[in-house]
Amino acid sequence: MSTQTTCPECAADITLADDTLQGEIIQCPECGVELEVMSLNPIALDLAPEEEEDWGE
Amino acid sequence: MKQSNAHIAILMSRVRVEEKLLLAALEARAISYELIDDRKVILDLHQNGFRRYDVVLERCINHSRALYALRILNDWGVPTVNSYPAALTCGNKLETTSALIRAGVPSPRTRVAFTPQSALDAIEKMGYPVVLKPAIGSWGRLLAKVNDREAAEALLEHKQVLGSYHHSIFYIQEYIPKPERDLRAFVIGDKTVAAIYRHSPHWITNTARGGHATNCPVTPELNDICVRAARAVGGGVLGVDLLEDPERGLLVNEVNYTIEFRNSIDTTGVDIPGRVVDYVLEVADGN
Repeated sequence: MSTQTTCPECAADITLADDTLQGEIIQCPECGVELEVMSLNPIALDLAPEEEEDWGE
Repeated sequence: MKQSNAHIAILMSRVRVEEKLLLAALEARAISYELIDDRKVILDLHQNGFRRYDVVLERCINHSRALYALRILNDWGVPTVNSYPAALTCGNKLETTSALIRAGVPSPRTRVAFTPQSALDAIEKMGYPVVLKPAIGSWGRLLAKVNDREAAEALLEHKQVLGSYHHSIFYIQEYIPKPERDLRAFVIGDKTVAAIYRHSPHWITNTARGGHATNCPVTPELNDICVRAARAVGGGVLGVDLLEDPERGLLVNEVNYTIEFRNSIDTTGVDIPGRVVDYVLEVADGN
């Protein structure tokens, strides 16, 4: 059973997979923005943080 | 698949494909673990708040958070993957190159200078093209291939004026005419477990920048240079980046300490997240 929510940027419908974890990054299928799953219960999405200068491996 | 009664902490923020795979590997081994969000964690330096963990696996996206968290954890005596010395050496290309040279591991010729004028002198003496890199950085960000004096002058001025102070540490490397690919090898402990070629017509081959991966067989020669590089920078779970010089052969370009491997599992047929977790459990069990 997957879960429905909406994109905070463009309001498109988004379906979260069953194995979605809190903190996971997903992409809106409509507007392409990166979103972070802030919580699962209740479901809350927010814009994911953008790349910072010290990000990486 | 290793089994263990260890209790593990994973220090992380956003859950990327790599973190999901690592968590799945922990679940498959029924390992007890907790996730610690580096955006929420507070470290009281006077009090070890991590006593209940046998090992901490660091998976931060921010190098600076990883570095300082590992410093504090290691000072408390908490085992970590990777260690603070490895993070310090790998996170800074200047540190990495110096460590590789001290250990006799082949690497590209590199000069360091602290002003645009001395950097320009260094570049002119090395001869064009050269590569300028920030000492701290990843994913192919802010790299410059400098083909002539005019470009050198402009880049050096831009870095000095537009960048923070660390962009005035000029790390200048010779340009290696590699065959439209480089290598990324995954070293876990004393073994190179897998390697890929990263192909790109662009001179920057990071898969983060669109390079595509194919399997690279781990020959004894490749394993030897990678394990020596890993030891030189402090060991652990590392991603060694190598270049093929037409005359000198394999050169170690840099080493990464919070490895990304999502494009490498199917490509190499190696269960990299599983191997990482088995190593973490060995560290937890005191090996």
